[in-house]
Amino acid sequence: MHAKFLGAAGMFAIAAMLAGPAMADKTKIDFWFGNTGDIAKRVQEQCDRFNQSQSDYEVVCTSQGSYDASLQNTIAAFRAGKQPTIAQVSDAGTLDIMLSGAFYPANKLMKDMGYDVDWNDYFSGIKSYYATSKGDMYSFPFNSSTPLLYWNKDAFAKIGKDQAPATWEEAAEDFKALKAAGYTCPLGFNISRDEIWQFGEQVLAVAGEPVASKRNGYDGLDAELVFNKGTWVKFIKDLKGWYDNGEAVLKSKETGQTFVEAFAAGDCQVILTSVGDHGNIGRTAKEGMNWGVAMLPVYAGTERKHSFVGGASLWVLNGKSDAEYKGAAAFFNFIAKPEEALTWSTVTGYIPVRNSGYDYLVKQGFYDKAPYAGRELAIKSLTASPATADSLPGIRLGGLLQIRQEMANGLQAIFINNADVQTSLDEAAARGNQILRRFEQTYKGKQLP
Amino acid sequence: MRAFGSRSKAASPSQSPLPQAGEGEKIRPTQLMEKRATFSSTTIGLVFIAPMLLLIFVFFYWPSGQALYWAFTLEQPWGGGNQWVGLQNFQQLLSDPVYWNSITRSLVFGLASTAIAMGVALVLALFTDRELRFHRAYRSIFVWPYAIAAPALGLAFRFILAPEAGLLSVLNSIWPNIWNPALDGKDAMIAVIVAFSWKYIGYNFIFFLSALAAIPRSLIEAAAMDGAGPARRVVDIQLPLLTPTLFFLLVINITESFQDSFGIVDIMTQGGPARATELMVYKIYFDGFKGLDYSGAAAQSIILMGLVVLLTIVQFRFIERRVHYK
Repeated sequence: MHAKFLGAAGMFAIAAMLAGPAMADKTKIDFWFGNTGDIAKRVQEQCDRFNQSQSDYEVVCTSQGSYDASLQNTIAAFRAGKQPTIAQVSDAGTLDIMLSGAFYPANKLMKDMGYDVDWNDYFSGIKSYYATSKGDMYSFPFNSSTPLLYWNKDAFAKIGKDQAPATWEEAAEDFKALKAAGYTCPLGFNISRDEIWQFGEQVLAVAGEPVASKRNGYDGLDAELVFNKGTWVKFIKDLKGWYDNGEAVLKSKETGQTFVEAFAAGDCQVILTSVGDHGNIGRTAKEGMNWGVAMLPVYAGTERKHSFVGGASLWVLNGKSDAEYKGAAAFFNFIAKPEEALTWSTVTGYIPVRNSGYDYLVKQGFYDKAPYAGRELAIKSLTASPATADSLPGIRLGGLLQIRQEMANGLQAIFINNADVQTSLDEAAARGNQILRRFEQTYKGKQLP
Repeated sequence: MRAFGSRSKAASPSQSPLPQAGEGEKIRPTQLMEKRATFSSTTIGLVFIAPMLLLIFVFFYWPSGQALYWAFTLEQPWGGGNQWVGLQNFQQLLSDPVYWNSITRSLVFGLASTAIAMGVALVLALFTDRELRFHRAYRSIFVWPYAIAAPALGLAFRFILAPEAGLLSVLNSIWPNIWNPALDGKDAMIAVIVAFSWKYIGYNFIFFLSALAAIPRSLIEAAAMDGAGPARRVVDIQLPLLTPTLFFLLVINITESFQDSFGIVDIMTQGGPARATELMVYKIYFDGFKGLDYSGAAAQSIILMGLVVLLTIVQFRFIERRVHYK
């Protein structure tokens, strides 16, 4: 019995020794991400394509369930010394990891591993969102999107229009006309944390107004929220007016139908949502329904600025071996190919992140064909104005998710409890500022890179 | 009170002759005393309890200690270090009226869901115990809800209670706008209370049913022969004999309602509309796991733990007096 056991153990040891060198040929690296459902499948396919394209590395891609869960699991793993090599971090978690020093900067990684990356190939709006104040890229933009206005062409034809509203004034007229024409939900919307992105941050972005001082936080951790002082107050008052007139209707999971579903079903005529939903709506739209997309409206007389990129970027974490870093660099090199950008944009609704990828898609006639036509507007929206020294690159605030929650709570007080608009937004800003001060104190002595 | 005390005294002689009959009788402390085999060495005792102590240390004292430490610091989520801030986290919380509102809401939620979960479970258990038709089927079916994970439960109830498309939308078609948890804070609170209670009805049901089965049949039959109807027997015999179980479940239900509700809230309402369902434990979950504010969440956990400990002490101090274990 004893001898047998020893024999078996010996066999295992020999097997392990034999297998050892064979396994070492392929370096395994872990990649954790937060997307789920169809997008998770598409990420997995991309990983498979990389694994088949070469024989030195194997990337193991694991969906963690959601952006929040992925970040949480990555942090827990990092603190226990068991982190993946590559981790996806969404816009809301960017500042925390940027200040943590827990990563291998993307630009340094590629240089160290012998790749020459043209960082200026990235769309300036996308690059500036993730870059440091010196323009260094610490992470790779991955799944990128921006919001668009979706409109039902059939319904607009009924009110004698063949184009989407370009200004909020025009939109107000259209909502009124649609309501008069018998439509029960001219604008479908919601006011949870998730919609602050398009109804708050992006509405202000295209208007060229800040959410917070210090260029939305890019110039220092001591930024303060200012969304309660400008156009947004007027916008929320308008939105509340449309809501009170029955021209804007709350549609959410809680009411039983999200606004995206309501638009696809033809129940709501206008919605604001990510270009990432373009594919989904195309697949689920009611048969024969004519619909299109447009850039977010601005108020009349306002010069349109570029919208912000949403989604997530890929970070390489500290504490891994050189071989693993080589694998990570090879993976990044692979997904940056224009052919990959085409496949990625075809199977998801996400946009290409580089000019070369976009040009390749245009050359392939991607944007001429029916299911994809319109998505070029996302690029147009992201590049509507040049990135200059004093323009707003994006939003870089600590505790961004909690701040969005405070803004959502403010909106809910306004729309559901009929609280005063200015008072509620002031309170949301004050509570948000407390979160910012806590964040600043937590990272006392650290400088924004 | 005096009346039921004397009855339970009357009950004991008929119980004691057949304690080992194995009819689900629990071994009582006194019996344990009589039959205890004594170990002379404390080492053996320590060895026996060591694995359990280790488990409790790893899964309770260690994390609690960590939370307690973090509550007095500002901790960087990625582990870049922290700094001691003393009571600042607590001061910020306790000076925030919104936080006090969430404490009130948690109490309302805890008391309401405990009352519903225990009340309904007790009624169901009493009926099942009376061996009404299909009681065997009920016995298994009523236990199922407890086995359902909170998110799945939340999803199901979100669908059932959705005002426009759910099963309850019928109500709105008869009386417009009578039910809308998406827009009405009270309705949203009712929705999460119902979902949470539904889960714990199954849990409480098991305990009530086994406790009822442990009540000697002879007692019930004697009462029936004396002319007591089913309702009278419940009030005068079964309920007094159930008090240990009632008390145990009260403590467990209140504790769980403060700790186990975040999954349901997260799926059904995310704390909304307008904070109407923002319970203490949901705020901890949100600030800590989503907002990465580890220290703020830790301080809130300490306050929540204090509150639960306080409530438990109150229950032991004032309610346990009325419990008769024998």
